[in-house]
Formats: sequence, C-alpha cells, structure tokens
Amino acid sequence: MQIDNNTLALLPEGIMTAAGVLVMLSEPMLPVHASRKPLGWLAIAATVLAGAASWYQRGFGTVLAFSGTIQVDAYSIFFHILIAGIVLVTLLGSLDYFDGWAQEGNSGHAGEYFALVLFGSVGMMLMTNSVELLMVFVGLEISSISTYILAGFRKGKAAGAESAIKYFLLGSFATAFFLYGIALAFGATGSTSIAEISKALGASGYSSLAFLALGMIVIGLGFKVSAAPFHVWTPDVYQGSPSPVVGLMSTAPKAAAFAVLLRITFAGFGGMHARWSVLVWVLAALSMTIGNLGALKQKNVKRMLAYSSIAHAGYLLAAFTAFPQAGISAACFYTAAYAAMNVGAFAVVTQISGYAEHTRTIEDYTGVALRRPVLGALFAFFLASMIGIPFTGGFFAKFYVFSAAVDGGHTGLAVVGLLNSGVACFYYLRLLVAMYGKHVETGGNERAKFAKVSFPAAVGLGASALATLALGILPGQVLDRTNAGAKAVLTVPGAAAVPVVAEKQ
Amino acid sequence: MNFDHSILSLIVFFPLAGAVVLALLPDKGKTMQWGALGVTLITFLLTLHLPTHYITGSPAGSFQFTQDYAWISAPAIRYHLGVDALGMWLIVLTGFLAPLGVLASWNAISERKKTFYVLFLLQQVAMLGIFAALDLFLFYAFFELSLVPMTLLIATFGRTSERRKAGIKYFVYNFLPSALLLVGILWLYTKTGTFDLLRIEALARAHAISGNSAALWLCSLAFLVAFAVKVPIFPLHGWLKDSISEAPTAAVMVLAGKTGFYAILRFSFGIFPEQSHRIAPLMVALGAIGIVYGALIAITRKDMKELAAYSTLSHLAFITLGIFTFTISGIDGGIYQILNHGISGGALFLLLGFLYERYKTYDMRDLGGLAAQLPWMVTLYVITTLSLVGLPMLNSFVGEFLILSGSMQSGYHVAWTVLATTGVILSAGYMLLMIQRVFYGTLGVTSSEISPRDLYVREHVALWPFVALFLVMGLASPLFLKTLDANGVALATKPAPSATAVDSSFVDPNLKQDIDLKTGKAKVRVNAPEGRLY
Repeated sequence: MQIDNNTLALLPEGIMTAAGVLVMLSEPMLPVHASRKPLGWLAIAATVLAGAASWYQRGFGTVLAFSGTIQVDAYSIFFHILIAGIVLVTLLGSLDYFDGWAQEGNSGHAGEYFALVLFGSVGMMLMTNSVELLMVFVGLEISSISTYILAGFRKGKAAGAESAIKYFLLGSFATAFFLYGIALAFGATGSTSIAEISKALGASGYSSLAFLALGMIVIGLGFKVSAAPFHVWTPDVYQGSPSPVVGLMSTAPKAAAFAVLLRITFAGFGGMHARWSVLVWVLAALSMTIGNLGALKQKNVKRMLAYSSIAHAGYLLAAFTAFPQAGISAACFYTAAYAAMNVGAFAVVTQISGYAEHTRTIEDYTGVALRRPVLGALFAFFLASMIGIPFTGGFFAKFYVFSAAVDGGHTGLAVVGLLNSGVACFYYLRLLVAMYGKHVETGGNERAKFAKVSFPAAVGLGASALATLALGILPGQVLDRTNAGAKAVLTVPGAAAVPVVAEKQ
Repeated sequence: MNFDHSILSLIVFFPLAGAVVLALLPDKGKTMQWGALGVTLITFLLTLHLPTHYITGSPAGSFQFTQDYAWISAPAIRYHLGVDALGMWLIVLTGFLAPLGVLASWNAISERKKTFYVLFLLQQVAMLGIFAALDLFLFYAFFELSLVPMTLLIATFGRTSERRKAGIKYFVYNFLPSALLLVGILWLYTKTGTFDLLRIEALARAHAISGNSAALWLCSLAFLVAFAVKVPIFPLHGWLKDSISEAPTAAVMVLAGKTGFYAILRFSFGIFPEQSHRIAPLMVALGAIGIVYGALIAITRKDMKELAAYSTLSHLAFITLGIFTFTISGIDGGIYQILNHGISGGALFLLLGFLYERYKTYDMRDLGGLAAQLPWMVTLYVITTLSLVGLPMLNSFVGEFLILSGSMQSGYHVAWTVLATTGVILSAGYMLLMIQRVFYGTLGVTSSEISPRDLYVREHVALWPFVALFLVMGLASPLFLKTLDANGVALATKPAPSATAVDSSFVDPNLKQDIDLKTGKAKVRVNAPEGRLY
C-alpha cells in the first residue's frame, strides 16, 4: 500500500485528533451520571496507536511533507514516542481520578479532560516535527490552550481558577514574544523555515536582528520550559492544578518546547552558537540556582516539585552549551529521563493525595512509606533519581549532560550544576526521610484515607519506574536513538553544515 | 568449577538478590533476621574464595579475578571489576562484618525489620562494589549509592529525635564534595577518553593526562577532598559525631574509614601520584593534629558513643599519617590499620550496642560497677580496648608500629611523630578511663536499677570471632602483609619527575586511544628511578 507523504507524516497526530473528536462527540451521548472511563480507555487506545504509528514512521527515513513544513526524522520520532509515553502514563493514572470528583457530587466534564489531553498532545507532537516557525507556533498554541484549560480543571476550587488564569495570562504573553521573534527572524533572513534561516545566516553569519529574534524565541520557549527568570508562574500553577495534569504539563509540553528549542538553536541559528551559548549558560545557571534555592523553603510537596522542575530545566539547558552533536543527544536523553521520573513522581502524588488533596505538605507525608510501602518505595526511587543517585535515569542523564558541557569547555557550568545538585539533595531528602519517618501524632495524614491503587494506575506507575531504572542501567538503546536524532537535526536538508564553533580547550 | 572470572560479580550482587528476596518475604517472626544472616554468611563464604585463590607475588598494579565488559559504548563506560591485595582484604573484611552486624541488630531492631535489613544489604552491595570497581564511572556509581541506604538507616533507625537531621547532614556533607568529584571524573574523561582506571593510571605515569598543571591540581583536590570527607579526615569530620551517635550498631560498624581510605589509595594516589606527593606534608600534619585532637575531645566526652566517635577520628588520623608518609612501612601499616580499625572499631561498637540494649543509655555517669554483674561482657570489653590502644601481640600494635616507624623514616620533622605518639598514650587514657567508669567503681543510677543477664549465646557468637582475629592479626601479620606489601612498595615509589614528561598541552591521540597497557607499564617501570624508596 502506498501512503502519501502528507498522511504518513502526520499519522500520529491524525489518530490523536480523530480520537479526541470522537471523545468530544460521545461525551454528551452518555448518560449524565455514567462513568466516563470508557472515554478514558478510548483515549488510551488512541495514544498507544499513535505511539505505534510513530514507531512505524521509523522505517521511512527523513520524510518532508506539507511543502517542507513538516519533517519526520529520527529526532521527531523520538519525541513523539516520548510524548505518547507520558500521555499514556498520565491517562492510566487519572482514569480513576475523577471518581473523587463524583464523590463530591459533581458530574460530567471528565470526558472533556480526556479530549483535552489528546488535543494537547497533538499540539506537542506537532511542535516536534515542524521545521517551519509558524507551524511550530500553531503546535505551541494548540498545546498551550489545552493545558490552560486543564490547569483549571479542579473546578470550584479557588486555587484551580487562580492557576488557570495565571498560566493563561503569562502564557499568552510569552507566546507573543515567540511570535515577535518569528517576525524578526523573517525580517532578518527572509524566511520562517529553519533550513532557510540557517542558509541565510551562513556558516558563521551574524546579524544583530537575527540574534534579537533568537532572543525573543528563547524567551517564549523559556517560559514554556519554566527556565528562570521566566519561571514565576510555575509554583502557583502546579499547586493549583490537579496532580495528574501537573504530571503531564511538567513533562510533555516541556519536552516539546525543548525539542523545538534544540532544533531552532542548533539547526537554525547554529552559526551563532558561540554567541547564544553564553545566553543559555546564564539561563541555565540561573534556573538551577533559583529552582533549588526556591525549593529549599517549600513545605507544599507540589510547590517543591515545581521548583525542582525549574532546576531540572536548568540542568537540561546546560546541554545547549556543549558541541552540537553531544549537546542535542544529551538534552534528548535528559528530557526522557526527566519525563520518566517526573511523571512517575506526580503519579505517586496523585495516588497519595487523591482528588481532594488531603496530603499536601511534607509533614503530611510523614510515615507514608509505613502505611503504603510499595507507593513509598516508588516515590523514594523517583526522588532518588531526581537527586541523581547512580543506577537511576536521573543520574545518567545528569552525568551525560555535564560530561557534554565539560567536553564543550564549560567546566564552570558543570561545577555550578553539580554543586546545585548537592543543594537539591537536601529538600528531596527531607521529603524522602519524612516518608520513612515514624508517624507522629501531630502528623496531618491521620485523616487521610488512601484509596487502593487501581490496576491501570499501577501499570502506569510500574512503567515509569521501569523506564527510570532502564535509563540508568542500560541506556545504550536510548543513547543510540538520541544520537541518531541529533544527527537528523544537524543535517537539515539543504542547509549549510553546522560548523564546530568552539575550540576544544 | 572455575569461578575466578565471575566471583566478584557474584559477591557484589548476591546481597542485592538477597535484599530483593527479603523485600518479598512477609515480615513475620524472625524471618528477616534469619534471611539476612543467611545472605550475609553466604556472601562472607564467597569472599573467602578470594584470599584462598589469590596468587601472591604478582607484580604491583596487576589485578586478579577481573571481569571486563563494555557496558555503554559512548561514553565509553566499562563494567570492569578486579581486586589486588588491598581490595581483596577489604572485601573480606566487609563480608566478615556483615553477619556480625546482623547478629548485633537481632533484637535491637524490633520494628520495621524488613526496611532495616533490606537497606543493610543494599549498603553491603554498595561497599563491595566500591572495592571491586576498576572503572571510574562504576566506582562513582557505587560510591554515591552507598550514601542512600546509610542515610535512611540513620534517619529511620536513629536513637533520638535528632535522627533525621543527622541523616540529612551525613548525606549533604558527603554528596557536595562528590559532586565536585564527578566534575573531576568528567574532566579526566574529556582529557583521556576513558574511565578505565588502569588506562588512566598508565597515562598518569607517562604524564600524558594533561599539560595543564593547574587543572590537574584542582582535579586531584576534587578527588582528595571527596574521599577525605568520606573517611573523614580532620578537619572534614563534621558529620561523624552526629552520625555515629544516631546510627544503629550495624550501620556504625561500617560507617567510617575504609571506603574513603581505599578510594584515596586507589584513585587519588593512582591517578595523581605527583600531586599526592606534593600535598603529603599538609596531610601528614593534619593526620598528626587529628590524632591528638580526636583523643583530647574523646577524653572529655561523657557519652560513650560520642567518645567512640572521637576515638574513631583519632584512629583514622593515624592511618592518614601513615599513608601520606609515602614510605613502604607507613603505607603498609596504614593499610593494615584500615583493616584493624574495621575490626577493633567494629567490636567496640558491637559491645556498646549490647550495653545499650541492656541499659538504654550511653551516658557513663549513669553506669558504673558493671563488672560484677556482667563478667563476660567486661572481659570482652577489656580485650577490645587493649586491641584498640595497641597492646603488643594484638592487631593494632602492628599497624601503629609500622605507621610510626614509617613516619620516622619519612624525613618529616620528628615533632610530627612525637605528636602522633602522644596519641597512643592519650588513646590508652580515654579507653581505660571509660572501662574504669563503666565497669568498676560504685554502681551508677541506671546500673543499680537494672540487673540484666550477661552475654547471650548470640552475643558470644558475634564477639568471639573478633577476639580470634585480634590475635591472628597480631601474631601472624605476615599472612596479610605479605600480600599487601606489593601495594605498599608500588605506592611508596616516587613518580617519575615531570621534567621528563611529554611536554605538551595536548595529548597525542594515538597514545590516548591505543595505549597498550602492558608495554605502557613496562616502559614506565624502566623509566622510573627504582632507587630511593625512602
């Protein structure tokens, strides 16, 4: 059977969109008080199918479609499968989440949730295979609008509304920066295609307008990945949003935004690497430091994880300062490891705190590991991975990123980053040690009734734990993929070869 | 059947398998205790395979029981295990202490036994891994991993309500410098293209790691500081007192000393011979000061656990002094003393634990006159004390004698040796003072209220192997030193001066990639001035 390029290139997105529409259409058909779980299963099936479709795309090499605006290559496939994996774990973990909602006397809306998750991931997937800035913008908007709504999904709670509005206002401001950056890039180079921009700038070309354009784009995407100083929304939004949504929006949109940022910076503006790597150096150092110092003071676990995600964005940005091939590969690996552990951690938080969020602060988590040994052990494992304990994905990712940075001559950044991870271990440990601590009478989780973990949620949790472990012990396969992805980014068809810009010291 | 190529993997990962099995078993009755005892005993038996099959007299720097596979291709990380005499004896020591640690915790840990024994076995895995790994990445992984179970053991099973603080303090203190160690390792990798210790050592001997001496210095400091905190070497001992006074007995027995010193001997000295020689005067001074500082503070302590903590600091400082003299007898004695400290210190902490189980206090003011109640206990306390203070014929005497004679030969001012020797006297002082206060004199408040049983059979079983080892290691030291001497001789050899080195800011890529280990070594050995071994 012959599939034309356009259908093939957007096959995963097509499947997700169709399923999303189907969910939207079936939602009003179901009786008001009927369970929305079948819709959830539909969404899960679509996600699996979309992942399989991306896997299928592997056999076709680099495919250009839609007049060269979409490019399917090893890089986009890597991120497609990653995003599909994140969405799958989120959906599995939140199938029962809305039971808690139903207990509070609400009905409906759960169907919308599944549809919005699907639409959002279409946007994210689209971002990773667009090689045309306006197309990236379309993907960014689709994903953003879905996540704005999802952030406010605990309706009737003030914190939910606050988080949605904050996210929306700051988010649209940031996308405006991004759009302005595209406009300036067009002004400087006469095109919005990444390949054309690279060609117009030449191997070592520099124009202040193009640099300004890149700066704007970095601001826009820096907001999405919550890099300091564009991070201020993160703690409030994470605190107010439902836990499964936080698990999703702290990983998948970030993965997509990093994918785009890597493509734009290395493939589009590769000739100016020496200049913008200074900029990213500062962003990375700031994000790590602000994220970790901020997390030190937090008592609320979700806020703490929010600051930790800022810090992780900083570690990831360190990869941008390395040589292109190693840098892109390291960044991709870090994204995958970060996604595995973070989505896992929030899946545990979802299970422990439930819809009502009765378990919020570190004090509330005291003795959790005693009452729920398996959940506690999983959470401890994810936290250990975030600290960067060996034999976990988090450790190898950090190791890989900083080895790329040191190789690129940025030993200073590696020192800053690893000292930061020393600071970070303090707040992760406080939570971890509290979980294993003895239960004290004043502990707040006396009243907490832990629901049983459902089978799908257990599958999701197990999958993310397994992924975190596998990335730490046998990263070989994934490293091959990230290297192939990096190669795909750096050989933009028709673009000038990206030169080695920094001298090895 | 020939195990020799898989025995190390078996030793390192058997406790892990045991931990997994224990985690799956129900926590009922004494299942956990018997399970952990079985696992640790089998591990110990496996470790005994090493000394019985070790080929003595093989040249220095050669490793036995090696296992070497590519683990990750890029970055080039290998699964490379192997031991020489130093690593071998430390593995045996670790294996020896583990079942005794289980016996010590038999009744002391009465709740959450599963958590305790699983963490205890994971701690074993990490320590055995440290001593067996010959790949820098693999070593670092085990080195960091060892922090986690220990932190949780302290924070969960600590004695007082300060336990969480003590656990986090231990972790942060050790984690921060090892973050810098990781930068050092990464820098070495970018310069040499390998994590393999033997290759890096060969390059170091040829002065081919980097021409940038300042960077080399910083890198060597990153290594040394990370390991010195782990030991801990005075003045980096901030975590020691809190961790020792909080941690349960089985954890304290393996807490300080051996991993850090092993890492210094293997990695700091191996990769940075020149820098280590140059920083040696400072370390000798810190060692001598540490001996006296630890001893003086120990005298003032009323809490026996704290006293033991500072006595540990003082005894570890002896080892620091010994190995940094870079004389054969100093290094031999230092290594021997690492083993001795593991044994004698372990026995002391075990006894302290048994005493605590009976009286629920470590405060010497509450105790007194126990000798009449606990005749066996006091006998073993006195034997252990005599071993710790270095009575001739017992183990520590050999080590301390070698260290002090090494320090005399080393050419440093004689005052340092004199200072260190006062430590021997002070150590006898505070240890005997403790015996006197606790076991003789009038009955204390607590000891007059409680009159417990003397040692149980389980406790006898845990303690007498120590006594046997005190005697064996005291009387038959050549048994161990014969194999260890290869390390001492190799490490005491002064590195070839860098003037003859390849003077270049870059490394010849051929040398980097295809360095032939055997010839590289042979060449260096020919070049190195064989002469002055101090």
